[in-house]
Amino acid sequence: MNWLLAPLAYQFMQRGLLASVIVGVLCAVMGTYVVLRGMAFLGDAMAHAILPGVAIAYIFKGDLLLGAGIAAVAVALAIGLFSKDGAVKEDTAIGILFAAALSLGVALISSMQTYAVDLSHILFGNVLGVSPSDLWMIAGLSLAILLTVGLLFKPFLVISFDPVLAATLRLPAELLRNLMLVLLALTVVVSLQTVGVSLAAAMLVTPAATAYLLTRRLFPMMLVSALIGALSSIIGLYLSYYFNIVSGSAIVLTATLFFLLAFLWKRIRGT
Amino acid sequence: MTHTPHRLEIENASIGYGEKVVMRDLSFQVPHGARVAVVGPNGAGKSTLFKALVGILPLQSGRILIHGESLGTHKDCVAYIPQREDVDWRFPVTVSDVVMMGRFGQLGWFHRPSKMDKQLVRKSMEQMGIADLAERSIGQLSGGQQQRVFLARAIAQEPHILLMDEPFTGVDVTTQETTLNLLDHLRSQHVTTIVSTHDLNLAASRFDLVLLINHKLIAYGTPREVFVSENLAQAFGNSLLVMENGMMLVDECCPPDEEHHQHAEAK
Repeated sequence: MNWLLAPLAYQFMQRGLLASVIVGVLCAVMGTYVVLRGMAFLGDAMAHAILPGVAIAYIFKGDLLLGAGIAAVAVALAIGLFSKDGAVKEDTAIGILFAAALSLGVALISSMQTYAVDLSHILFGNVLGVSPSDLWMIAGLSLAILLTVGLLFKPFLVISFDPVLAATLRLPAELLRNLMLVLLALTVVVSLQTVGVSLAAAMLVTPAATAYLLTRRLFPMMLVSALIGALSSIIGLYLSYYFNIVSGSAIVLTATLFFLLAFLWKRIRGT
Repeated sequence: MTHTPHRLEIENASIGYGEKVVMRDLSFQVPHGARVAVVGPNGAGKSTLFKALVGILPLQSGRILIHGESLGTHKDCVAYIPQREDVDWRFPVTVSDVVMMGRFGQLGWFHRPSKMDKQLVRKSMEQMGIADLAERSIGQLSGGQQQRVFLARAIAQEPHILLMDEPFTGVDVTTQETTLNLLDHLRSQHVTTIVSTHDLNLAASRFDLVLLINHKLIAYGTPREVFVSENLAQAFGNSLLVMENGMMLVDECCPPDEEHHQHAEAK
Protein backbone atom coordinates (compact mmCIF):
# COMPACT_ATOMS: atom_id res chain seq x y z
CA MET A 1 0.00 0.00 0.00
CA ASN A 2 2.87 2.24 0.82
CA TRP A 3 3.94 2.59 -2.79
CA LEU A 4 0.48 3.88 -3.62
CA LEU A 5 0.47 6.51 -0.91
CA ALA A 6 4.09 7.59 -0.98
CA PRO A 7 3.79 9.93 -3.97
CA LEU A 8 0.74 11.59 -2.44
CA ALA A 9 2.82 12.89 0.44
CA TYR A 10 3.78 15.73 -1.88
CA GLN A 11 1.17 18.40 -2.45
CA PHE A 12 2.29 18.97 -6.02
CA MET A 13 1.69 15.27 -6.68
CA GLN A 14 -1.83 15.49 -5.24
CA ARG A 15 -2.62 18.47 -7.44
CA GLY A 16 -1.01 16.83 -10.44
CA LEU A 17 -3.03 13.67 -9.94
CA LEU A 18 -6.32 15.56 -9.59
CA ALA A 19 -5.59 17.69 -12.65
CA SER A 20 -4.65 14.65 -14.76
CA VAL A 21 -7.78 12.76 -13.80
CA ILE A 22 -10.03 15.72 -14.58
CA VAL A 23 -8.32 16.29 -17.93
CA GLY A 24 -8.34 12.56 -18.66
CA VAL A 25 -12.11 12.42 -18.17
CA LEU A 26 -12.76 15.64 -20.09
CA CYS A 27 -10.67 14.65 -23.12
CA ALA A 28 -12.22 11.20 -23.12
CA VAL A 29 -15.77 12.55 -23.21
CA MET A 30 -15.11 15.19 -25.87
CA GLY A 31 -13.09 12.55 -27.69
CA THR A 32 -16.20 10.45 -28.36
CA TYR A 33 -17.40 13.21 -30.71
CA VAL A 34 -13.92 13.57 -32.20
CA VAL A 35 -13.83 9.84 -33.01
CA LEU A 36 -17.43 9.54 -34.21
CA ARG A 37 -17.41 12.69 -36.31
CA GLY A 38 -13.99 12.00 -37.80
CA MET A 39 -12.44 15.15 -36.31
CA ALA A 40 -9.14 13.57 -35.20
CA PHE A 41 -7.12 15.69 -37.60
CA LEU A 42 -8.92 18.82 -36.42
CA GLY A 43 -8.23 17.95 -32.78
CA ASP A 44 -4.55 17.51 -33.55
CA ALA A 45 -4.45 20.79 -35.47
CA MET A 46 -6.27 22.61 -32.69
CA ALA A 47 -3.75 21.35 -30.16
CA HIS A 48 -0.80 22.64 -32.17
CA ALA A 49 -2.54 25.82 -33.19
CA ILE A 50 -2.58 27.13 -29.63
CA LEU A 51 1.20 26.99 -29.41
CA PRO A 52 1.89 30.59 -30.53
CA GLY A 53 -0.70 31.88 -28.06
CA VAL A 54 0.94 29.97 -25.26
CA ALA A 55 4.39 31.17 -26.32
CA ILE A 56 3.33 34.82 -26.38
CA ALA A 57 1.68 34.50 -22.99
CA TYR A 58 4.83 32.80 -21.70
CA ILE A 59 7.14 35.55 -22.99
CA PHE A 60 5.02 38.33 -21.52
CA LYS A 61 4.39 36.38 -18.31
CA GLY A 62 0.66 36.45 -19.09
CA ASP A 63 -1.91 33.79 -18.40
CA LEU A 64 -1.12 30.65 -20.43
CA LEU A 65 -4.72 29.46 -20.61
CA LEU A 66 -5.90 32.83 -21.85
CA GLY A 67 -3.20 32.97 -24.52
CA ALA A 68 -4.05 29.44 -25.62
CA GLY A 69 -7.76 30.20 -25.72
CA ILE A 70 -7.30 33.28 -27.90
CA ALA A 71 -5.02 31.40 -30.30
CA ALA A 72 -7.48 28.49 -30.57
CA VAL A 73 -10.39 30.76 -31.46
CA ALA A 74 -8.25 32.72 -33.95
CA VAL A 75 -7.19 29.54 -35.75
CA ALA A 76 -10.72 28.13 -35.77
CA LEU A 77 -11.97 31.36 -37.37
CA ALA A 78 -9.10 31.34 -39.88
CA ILE A 79 -9.94 27.77 -40.90
CA GLY A 80 -13.53 28.90 -41.49
CA LEU A 81 -12.33 31.89 -43.54
CA PHE A 82 -9.97 29.97 -45.83
CA SER A 83 -12.41 27.15 -46.48
CA LYS A 84 -15.42 29.43 -46.96
CA ASP A 85 -17.18 28.98 -50.31
CA GLY A 86 -14.78 26.15 -51.07
CA ALA A 87 -11.71 28.38 -51.70
CA VAL A 88 -9.61 25.48 -50.44
CA LYS A 89 -10.90 22.29 -48.83
CA GLU A 90 -11.28 22.34 -45.08
CA ASP A 91 -8.62 19.73 -44.36
CA THR A 92 -6.20 21.66 -46.58
CA ALA A 93 -6.91 24.86 -44.63
CA ILE A 94 -6.39 22.95 -41.39
CA GLY A 95 -3.11 21.52 -42.67
CA ILE A 96 -1.75 24.94 -43.65
CA LEU A 97 -2.72 26.67 -40.41
CA PHE A 98 -1.62 23.78 -38.24
CA ALA A 99 1.90 23.87 -39.69
CA ALA A 100 2.04 27.67 -39.66
CA ALA A 101 0.92 27.94 -36.04
CA LEU A 102 3.35 25.24 -34.92
CA SER A 103 6.23 26.96 -36.69
CA LEU A 104 5.31 30.36 -35.31
CA GLY A 105 5.07 28.90 -31.83
CA VAL A 106 8.44 27.20 -32.02
CA ALA A 107 10.01 30.34 -33.53
CA LEU A 108 8.69 32.44 -30.64
CA ILE A 109 9.83 29.96 -28.02
CA SER A 110 13.27 29.57 -29.62
CA SER A 111 13.87 33.28 -28.92
CA MET A 112 13.77 32.52 -25.20
CA GLN A 113 16.89 31.64 -23.28
CA THR A 114 15.42 28.65 -21.48
CA TYR A 115 14.29 27.35 -24.85
CA ALA A 116 14.63 23.59 -24.35
CA VAL A 117 12.91 23.32 -20.98
CA ASP A 118 10.10 25.69 -21.87
CA LEU A 119 9.39 23.98 -25.16
CA SER A 120 9.23 20.57 -23.58
CA HIS A 121 6.83 21.84 -20.90
CA ILE A 122 4.53 23.30 -23.49
CA LEU A 123 4.74 20.33 -25.84
CA PHE A 124 4.53 17.56 -23.28
CA GLY A 125 2.96 19.23 -20.27
CA ASN A 126 4.24 19.82 -16.77
CA VAL A 127 1.76 18.13 -14.55
CA LEU A 128 3.87 18.59 -11.42
CA GLY A 129 3.85 22.35 -11.93
CA VAL A 130 0.07 22.67 -11.49
CA SER A 131 -0.57 25.48 -9.01
CA PRO A 132 -3.70 25.63 -6.82
CA SER A 133 -5.14 28.38 -9.01
CA ASP A 134 -4.40 26.32 -12.15
CA LEU A 135 -6.25 23.42 -10.58
CA TRP A 136 -9.33 25.57 -9.89
CA MET A 137 -9.24 26.84 -13.46
CA ILE A 138 -8.96 23.31 -14.87
CA ALA A 139 -11.76 22.03 -12.64
CA GLY A 140 -14.08 24.95 -13.38
CA LEU A 141 -13.64 24.90 -17.15
CA SER A 142 -13.94 21.12 -17.29
CA LEU A 143 -17.16 21.16 -15.29
CA ALA A 144 -18.61 23.83 -17.60
CA ILE A 145 -17.69 21.85 -20.73
CA LEU A 146 -19.05 18.55 -19.36
CA LEU A 147 -22.28 20.21 -18.23
CA THR A 148 -22.76 21.68 -21.71
CA VAL A 149 -22.20 18.27 -23.28
CA GLY A 150 -24.70 16.74 -20.85
CA LEU A 151 -27.34 19.38 -21.53
CA LEU A 152 -26.93 19.21 -25.30
CA PHE A 153 -26.66 15.42 -25.46
CA LYS A 154 -29.68 14.99 -27.74
CA PRO A 155 -28.96 17.78 -30.25
CA PHE A 156 -25.28 16.75 -30.43
CA LEU A 157 -26.35 13.14 -31.03
CA VAL A 158 -28.67 14.15 -33.85
CA ILE A 159 -26.22 16.45 -35.68
CA SER A 160 -23.52 13.77 -35.39
CA PHE A 161 -25.61 10.80 -36.47
CA ASP A 162 -28.14 12.24 -38.89
CA PRO A 163 -27.68 15.79 -40.22
CA VAL A 164 -30.81 15.39 -42.34
CA LEU A 165 -32.94 14.67 -39.27
CA ALA A 166 -31.32 17.72 -37.67
CA ALA A 167 -32.53 19.74 -40.65
CA THR A 168 -36.09 18.39 -40.50
CA LEU A 169 -36.19 19.07 -36.76
CA ARG A 170 -34.96 22.61 -37.53
CA LEU A 171 -32.00 22.32 -35.19
CA PRO A 172 -29.53 25.19 -35.60
CA ALA A 173 -26.96 22.73 -36.93
CA GLU A 174 -24.36 25.34 -37.87
CA LEU A 175 -24.48 26.91 -34.42
CA LEU A 176 -24.25 23.53 -32.70
CA ARG A 177 -21.29 22.49 -34.86
CA ASN A 178 -19.47 25.72 -34.01
CA LEU A 179 -20.26 25.28 -30.34
CA MET A 180 -18.80 21.80 -30.50
CA LEU A 181 -15.60 23.24 -32.04
CA VAL A 182 -15.38 25.83 -29.26
CA LEU A 183 -15.80 23.10 -26.64
CA LEU A 184 -13.09 21.10 -28.38
CA ALA A 185 -10.75 24.10 -28.40
CA LEU A 186 -11.40 24.72 -24.69
CA THR A 187 -10.72 21.06 -23.96
CA VAL A 188 -7.35 21.28 -25.66
CA VAL A 189 -6.56 24.44 -23.72
CA VAL A 190 -7.44 22.78 -20.43
CA SER A 191 -5.27 19.76 -21.19
CA LEU A 192 -2.27 21.95 -21.98
CA GLN A 193 -0.85 21.82 -18.48
CA THR A 194 -1.10 18.09 -17.89
CA VAL A 195 -0.39 16.30 -21.15
CA GLY A 196 0.81 19.23 -23.21
CA VAL A 197 0.03 20.38 -26.70
CA SER A 198 1.35 17.45 -28.68
CA LEU A 199 -0.22 14.75 -26.54
CA ALA A 200 -3.63 16.36 -26.06
CA ALA A 201 -4.73 15.02 -29.43
CA ALA A 202 -3.86 11.49 -28.31
CA MET A 203 -5.91 11.87 -25.14
CA LEU A 204 -8.84 13.02 -27.28
CA VAL A 205 -8.69 10.04 -29.60
CA THR A 206 -7.26 7.01 -27.80
CA PRO A 207 -9.65 6.49 -24.83
CA ALA A 208 -12.68 7.24 -27.03
CA ALA A 209 -11.50 4.83 -29.73
CA THR A 210 -11.00 2.17 -27.05
CA ALA A 211 -14.52 2.73 -25.73
CA TYR A 212 -15.86 2.55 -29.28
CA LEU A 213 -14.53 -1.00 -29.51
CA LEU A 214 -16.16 -2.02 -26.24
CA THR A 215 -19.62 -0.42 -26.34
CA ARG A 216 -22.50 -0.02 -28.75
CA ARG A 217 -24.37 3.04 -27.50
CA LEU A 218 -23.22 6.64 -27.24
CA PHE A 219 -23.75 7.24 -23.52
CA PRO A 220 -22.02 4.04 -22.32
CA MET A 221 -19.26 4.84 -24.81
CA MET A 222 -18.75 8.18 -23.05
CA LEU A 223 -18.71 6.55 -19.61
CA VAL A 224 -16.24 3.83 -20.59
CA SER A 225 -14.09 6.39 -22.37
CA ALA A 226 -14.08 8.61 -19.26
CA LEU A 227 -13.11 5.63 -17.09
CA ILE A 228 -10.23 4.74 -19.41
CA GLY A 229 -9.13 8.38 -19.49
CA ALA A 230 -9.12 8.58 -15.69
CA LEU A 231 -7.36 5.23 -15.21
CA SER A 232 -4.73 6.10 -17.82
CA SER A 233 -4.04 9.37 -16.02
CA ILE A 234 -3.64 7.72 -12.61
CA ILE A 235 -1.55 4.77 -13.80
CA GLY A 236 0.50 7.02 -16.08
CA LEU A 237 1.31 9.42 -13.29
CA TYR A 238 2.47 6.63 -10.97
CA LEU A 239 4.62 5.20 -13.77
CA SER A 240 6.09 8.63 -14.29
CA TYR A 241 6.85 8.96 -10.56
CA TYR A 242 8.52 5.57 -10.15
CA PHE A 243 10.32 5.30 -13.49
CA ASN A 244 11.16 8.97 -13.74
CA ILE A 245 9.68 9.50 -17.20
CA VAL A 246 7.74 12.47 -18.59
CA SER A 247 4.19 12.26 -17.20
CA GLY A 248 2.37 13.19 -20.42
CA SER A 249 4.08 10.39 -22.32
CA ALA A 250 3.41 7.90 -19.54
CA ILE A 251 -0.30 8.80 -19.54
CA VAL A 252 -0.64 8.54 -23.31
CA LEU A 253 1.28 5.24 -23.43
CA THR A 254 -1.00 3.79 -20.74
CA ALA A 255 -4.05 4.84 -22.74
CA THR A 256 -2.50 3.22 -25.83
CA LEU A 257 -2.01 -0.01 -23.89
CA PHE A 258 -5.72 0.01 -22.99
CA PHE A 259 -6.52 0.45 -26.67
CA LEU A 260 -4.31 -2.48 -27.68
CA LEU A 261 -5.89 -4.71 -25.02
CA ALA A 262 -9.40 -3.78 -26.17
CA PHE A 263 -8.42 -4.37 -29.79
CA LEU A 264 -6.99 -7.82 -28.99
CA TRP A 265 -9.96 -8.72 -26.81
CA LYS A 266 -12.34 -7.79 -29.58
CA ARG A 267 -10.34 -9.78 -32.15
CA ILE A 268 -10.19 -12.90 -30.00
CA ARG A 269 -13.85 -12.69 -29.05
CA GLY A 270 -15.01 -11.74 -32.52
CA THR A 271 -13.68 -14.82 -34.28
CA MET B 1 -63.61 33.19 -50.38
CA THR B 2 -62.33 30.55 -48.02
CA HIS B 3 -59.21 28.83 -49.16
CA THR B 4 -58.04 25.49 -47.84
CA PRO B 5 -54.30 25.44 -48.26
CA HIS B 6 -52.80 22.46 -49.95
CA ARG B 7 -50.68 20.25 -47.79
CA LEU B 8 -47.62 21.07 -49.86
CA GLU B 9 -47.08 23.69 -52.54
CA ILE B 10 -43.96 24.28 -54.57
CA GLU B 11 -43.94 27.56 -56.48
CA ASN B 12 -41.42 28.31 -59.22
CA ALA B 13 -38.64 26.62 -57.28
CA SER B 14 -35.14 26.53 -58.72
CA ILE B 15 -32.78 24.28 -56.82
CA GLY B 16 -29.07 23.63 -57.16
CA TYR B 17 -25.62 23.81 -55.68
CA GLY B 18 -23.83 27.14 -55.83
CA GLU B 19 -24.06 28.45 -59.40
CA LYS B 20 -25.28 25.16 -60.80
CA VAL B 21 -29.02 24.75 -61.31
CA VAL B 22 -30.23 21.15 -61.04
CA MET B 23 -33.97 21.81 -61.05
CA ARG B 24 -35.42 24.79 -62.88
CA ASP B 25 -38.69 26.56 -62.20
CA LEU B 26 -40.58 23.66 -60.63
CA SER B 27 -44.19 24.16 -59.56
CA PHE B 28 -46.63 21.57 -58.25
CA GLN B 29 -49.16 21.11 -55.47
CA VAL B 30 -49.88 18.06 -53.38
CA PRO B 31 -53.32 17.74 -51.77
CA HIS B 32 -54.00 16.48 -48.27
CA GLY B 33 -53.12 12.81 -47.78
CA ALA B 34 -52.12 12.12 -51.39
CA ARG B 35 -49.48 9.59 -52.37
CA VAL B 36 -47.02 10.91 -54.93
CA ALA B 37 -44.36 9.00 -56.86
CA VAL B 38 -41.40 11.04 -58.09
CA VAL B 39 -39.91 9.50 -61.24
CA GLY B 40 -37.29 10.52 -63.72
CA PRO B 41 -34.00 9.28 -65.15
CA ASN B 42 -30.82 9.05 -63.10
CA GLY B 43 -29.45 12.46 -62.24
CA ALA B 44 -32.78 14.11 -63.02
CA GLY B 45 -32.71 15.89 -59.68
CA LYS B 46 -34.89 13.62 -57.55
CA SER B 47 -32.56 13.62 -54.55
CA THR B 48 -31.93 17.33 -55.00
CA LEU B 49 -35.67 17.98 -54.87
CA PHE B 50 -35.91 15.93 -51.66
CA LYS B 51 -33.07 17.87 -50.08
CA ALA B 52 -34.90 21.10 -50.83
CA LEU B 53 -38.18 19.74 -49.43
CA VAL B 54 -36.41 18.71 -46.23
CA GLY B 55 -34.77 22.10 -45.99
CA ILE B 56 -31.08 21.16 -46.15
CA LEU B 57 -30.67 22.74 -49.58
CA PRO B 58 -31.89 26.34 -49.78
CA LEU B 59 -33.90 27.33 -52.85
CA GLN B 60 -32.19 29.55 -55.42
CA SER B 61 -35.57 31.10 -56.14
CA GLY B 62 -39.24 30.37 -55.63
CA ARG B 63 -40.80 29.02 -52.47
CA ILE B 64 -42.12 25.94 -50.71
CA LEU B 65 -45.26 26.16 -48.60
CA ILE B 66 -46.56 23.61 -46.12
CA HIS B 67 -50.13 24.16 -44.93
CA GLY B 68 -49.83 27.52 -46.66
CA GLU B 69 -46.85 28.57 -44.57
CA SER B 70 -43.22 28.70 -45.58
CA LEU B 71 -40.86 25.81 -44.94
CA GLY B 72 -39.48 25.89 -41.42
CA THR B 73 -42.57 27.31 -39.72
CA HIS B 74 -43.69 23.84 -38.73
CA LYS B 75 -41.18 22.05 -36.64
CA ASP B 76 -41.64 18.38 -37.12
CA CYS B 77 -44.29 17.75 -39.67
CA VAL B 78 -41.87 16.51 -42.34
CA ALA B 79 -40.18 13.13 -41.87
CA TYR B 80 -37.53 11.80 -44.19
CA ILE B 81 -36.25 8.31 -44.90
CA PRO B 82 -32.65 8.72 -46.05
CA GLN B 83 -31.00 6.57 -48.71
CA ARG B 84 -29.12 3.79 -46.98
CA GLU B 85 -25.68 4.92 -48.13
CA ASP B 86 -26.22 8.29 -46.45
CA VAL B 87 -26.26 6.77 -42.96
CA ASP B 88 -23.19 5.99 -40.83
CA TRP B 89 -24.05 2.42 -39.86
CA ARG B 90 -21.07 2.16 -37.53
CA PHE B 91 -22.37 4.89 -35.23
CA PRO B 92 -22.94 3.52 -31.70
CA VAL B 93 -26.73 3.58 -31.53
CA THR B 94 -29.25 0.77 -31.11
CA VAL B 95 -32.46 0.29 -33.06
CA SER B 96 -34.58 1.76 -30.26
CA ASP B 97 -32.19 4.75 -29.97
CA VAL B 98 -32.75 5.59 -33.63
CA VAL B 99 -36.53 5.19 -33.42
CA MET B 100 -36.57 7.37 -30.27
CA MET B 101 -34.89 10.14 -32.28
CA GLY B 102 -38.23 10.45 -34.05
CA ARG B 103 -39.61 11.83 -30.78
CA PHE B 104 -36.89 14.45 -30.32
CA GLY B 105 -38.87 17.08 -32.21
CA GLN B 106 -41.70 16.79 -29.67
CA LEU B 107 -39.38 16.41 -26.71
CA GLY B 108 -37.28 19.47 -27.35
CA TRP B 109 -33.65 19.68 -26.35
CA PHE B 110 -33.76 18.93 -22.68
CA HIS B 111 -36.77 16.74 -21.83
CA ARG B 112 -36.44 13.06 -21.17
CA PRO B 113 -38.72 10.64 -23.04
CA SER B 114 -42.01 10.05 -21.23
CA LYS B 115 -43.82 6.75 -20.89
CA MET B 116 -45.98 7.76 -23.83
CA ASP B 117 -42.92 8.38 -26.02
CA LYS B 118 -41.54 4.98 -25.12
CA GLN B 119 -44.86 3.30 -25.91
CA LEU B 120 -45.03 5.03 -29.26
CA VAL B 121 -41.49 3.91 -30.08
CA ARG B 122 -42.39 0.34 -29.09
CA LYS B 123 -45.53 0.41 -31.22
CA SER B 124 -43.66 1.80 -34.24
CA MET B 125 -41.06 -0.94 -33.98
CA GLU B 126 -43.77 -3.60 -33.70
CA GLN B 127 -45.55 -2.21 -36.73
CA MET B 128 -42.34 -2.54 -38.74
CA GLY B 129 -41.59 -6.01 -37.36
CA ILE B 130 -38.34 -5.04 -35.67
CA ALA B 131 -39.40 -5.01 -32.01
CA ASP B 132 -37.25 -8.06 -31.28
CA LEU B 133 -34.20 -6.21 -32.64
CA ALA B 134 -34.69 -3.18 -30.35
CA GLU B 135 -31.40 -3.54 -28.49
CA ARG B 136 -29.26 -4.47 -31.50
CA SER B 137 -26.70 -2.10 -32.95
CA ILE B 138 -27.91 -0.73 -36.26
CA GLY B 139 -24.72 -1.98 -37.91
CA GLN B 140 -25.67 -5.61 -37.20
CA LEU B 141 -28.87 -5.49 -39.25
CA SER B 142 -29.56 -6.56 -42.81
CA GLY B 143 -30.25 -3.90 -45.42
CA GLY B 144 -34.01 -4.40 -45.29
CA GLN B 145 -34.07 -4.31 -41.48
CA GLN B 146 -32.03 -1.11 -41.55
CA GLN B 147 -34.61 0.53 -43.77
CA ARG B 148 -37.42 -0.62 -41.51
CA VAL B 149 -35.66 1.06 -38.56
CA PHE B 150 -35.91 4.39 -40.35
CA LEU B 151 -39.52 3.69 -41.35
CA ALA B 152 -40.30 3.03 -37.68
CA ARG B 153 -38.60 6.30 -36.76
CA ALA B 154 -40.73 8.13 -39.31
CA ILE B 155 -43.91 6.64 -37.80
CA ALA B 156 -42.78 7.63 -34.30
CA GLN B 157 -42.29 11.15 -35.58
CA GLU B 158 -46.05 11.34 -36.42
CA PRO B 159 -45.40 13.47 -39.50
CA HIS B 160 -47.90 15.12 -41.82
CA ILE B 161 -45.61 14.63 -44.77
CA LEU B 162 -43.28 11.67 -45.28
CA LEU B 163 -40.48 11.77 -47.86
CA MET B 164 -38.81 8.55 -48.98
CA ASP B 165 -35.83 8.53 -51.31
CA GLU B 166 -35.68 5.27 -53.27
CA PRO B 167 -37.15 2.97 -50.59
CA PHE B 168 -37.65 0.15 -53.11
CA THR B 169 -34.12 0.03 -54.46
CA GLY B 170 -31.92 -2.80 -53.28
CA VAL B 171 -34.15 -4.15 -50.51
CA ASP B 172 -35.62 -7.60 -49.96
CA VAL B 173 -39.21 -8.48 -50.82
CA THR B 174 -40.31 -8.43 -47.15
CA THR B 175 -39.13 -4.87 -46.75
CA GLN B 176 -40.71 -3.81 -50.02
CA GLU B 177 -44.02 -5.33 -48.89
CA THR B 178 -43.72 -3.76 -45.39
CA THR B 179 -43.02 -0.41 -46.99
CA LEU B 180 -46.06 -0.68 -49.26
CA ASN B 181 -48.24 -1.74 -46.33
CA LEU B 182 -46.93 1.23 -44.40
CA LEU B 183 -47.95 3.51 -47.28
CA ASP B 184 -51.48 2.08 -47.05
CA HIS B 185 -51.51 2.58 -43.29
CA LEU B 186 -50.29 6.15 -43.63
CA ARG B 187 -53.00 6.89 -46.16
CA SER B 188 -55.58 5.87 -43.55
CA GLN B 189 -53.90 8.38 -41.20
CA HIS B 190 -54.11 11.10 -43.91
CA VAL B 191 -50.33 11.41 -44.09
CA THR B 192 -49.04 12.80 -47.37
CA THR B 193 -46.27 10.61 -48.80
CA ILE B 194 -43.78 11.52 -51.50
CA VAL B 195 -41.65 8.66 -52.75
CA SER B 196 -38.95 8.60 -55.39
CA THR B 197 -38.63 5.38 -57.33
CA HIS B 198 -37.15 3.83 -60.44
CA ASP B 199 -39.99 1.36 -60.68
CA LEU B 200 -42.41 2.92 -63.16
CA ASN B 201 -44.90 0.07 -62.91
CA LEU B 202 -45.05 0.42 -59.15
CA ALA B 203 -45.53 4.16 -59.57
CA ALA B 204 -48.36 3.49 -62.01
CA SER B 205 -50.12 0.89 -59.88
CA ARG B 206 -49.72 2.03 -56.28
CA PHE B 207 -49.70 5.83 -56.39
CA ASP B 208 -52.37 8.53 -56.77
CA LEU B 209 -50.13 11.02 -58.48
CA VAL B 210 -46.91 10.89 -60.44
CA LEU B 211 -44.36 13.69 -60.71
CA LEU B 212 -42.20 13.14 -63.78
CA ILE B 213 -39.08 15.28 -63.80
CA ASN B 214 -35.87 15.71 -65.70
CA HIS B 215 -34.22 18.89 -64.43
CA LYS B 216 -37.64 20.46 -64.85
CA LEU B 217 -41.25 19.43 -64.56
CA ILE B 218 -42.27 17.20 -67.46
CA ALA B 219 -45.65 16.05 -66.25
CA TYR B 220 -47.66 15.90 -63.05
CA GLY B 221 -50.99 14.20 -62.54
CA THR B 222 -52.57 10.78 -62.25
CA PRO B 223 -50.48 7.87 -63.58
CA ARG B 224 -52.84 7.60 -66.56
CA GLU B 225 -52.27 11.25 -67.47
CA VAL B 226 -48.52 11.20 -66.91
CA PHE B 227 -47.50 7.88 -68.39
CA VAL B 228 -48.13 8.66 -72.03
CA SER B 229 -45.44 8.00 -74.58
CA GLU B 230 -44.85 11.68 -75.33
CA ASN B 231 -43.98 12.48 -71.70
CA LEU B 232 -41.91 9.37 -71.24
CA ALA B 233 -39.92 10.04 -74.38
CA GLN B 234 -39.24 13.55 -73.15
CA ALA B 235 -38.02 12.30 -69.78
CA PHE B 236 -36.12 9.17 -70.68
CA GLY B 237 -35.30 9.64 -74.37
CA ASN B 238 -34.82 6.35 -76.11
CA SER B 239 -33.69 4.50 -73.00
CA LEU B 240 -37.32 3.53 -72.34
CA LEU B 241 -39.06 0.53 -73.76
CA VAL B 242 -42.82 0.10 -73.48
CA MET B 243 -43.87 -3.51 -73.91
CA GLU B 244 -47.06 -4.51 -75.67
CA ASN B 245 -48.77 -5.46 -72.42
CA GLY B 246 -48.08 -1.98 -71.05
CA MET B 247 -44.97 -2.92 -69.03
CA MET B 248 -42.36 -0.21 -69.01
CA LEU B 249 -38.64 -0.92 -68.95
CA VAL B 250 -35.96 1.66 -68.41
CA ASP B 251 -32.51 0.92 -69.71
CA GLU B 252 -30.08 2.99 -67.69
CA CYS B 253 -26.91 1.06 -67.92
CA CYS B 254 -24.48 3.93 -68.00
CA PRO B 255 -26.12 6.96 -66.50
CA PRO B 256 -24.39 10.19 -65.53
CA ASP B 257 -24.53 9.04 -61.94
CA GLU B 258 -24.53 12.39 -60.16
CA GLU B 259 -26.85 11.37 -57.43
CA HIS B 260 -25.38 7.96 -56.66
CA HIS B 261 -28.58 6.28 -57.64
CA GLN B 262 -28.18 2.62 -58.12
CA HIS B 263 -29.04 1.12 -61.43
CA ALA B 264 -32.49 -0.41 -61.28
CA GLU B 265 -35.00 -1.43 -63.84
CA ALA B 266 -38.72 -1.57 -63.65
CA LYS B 267 -40.23 -4.96 -63.15
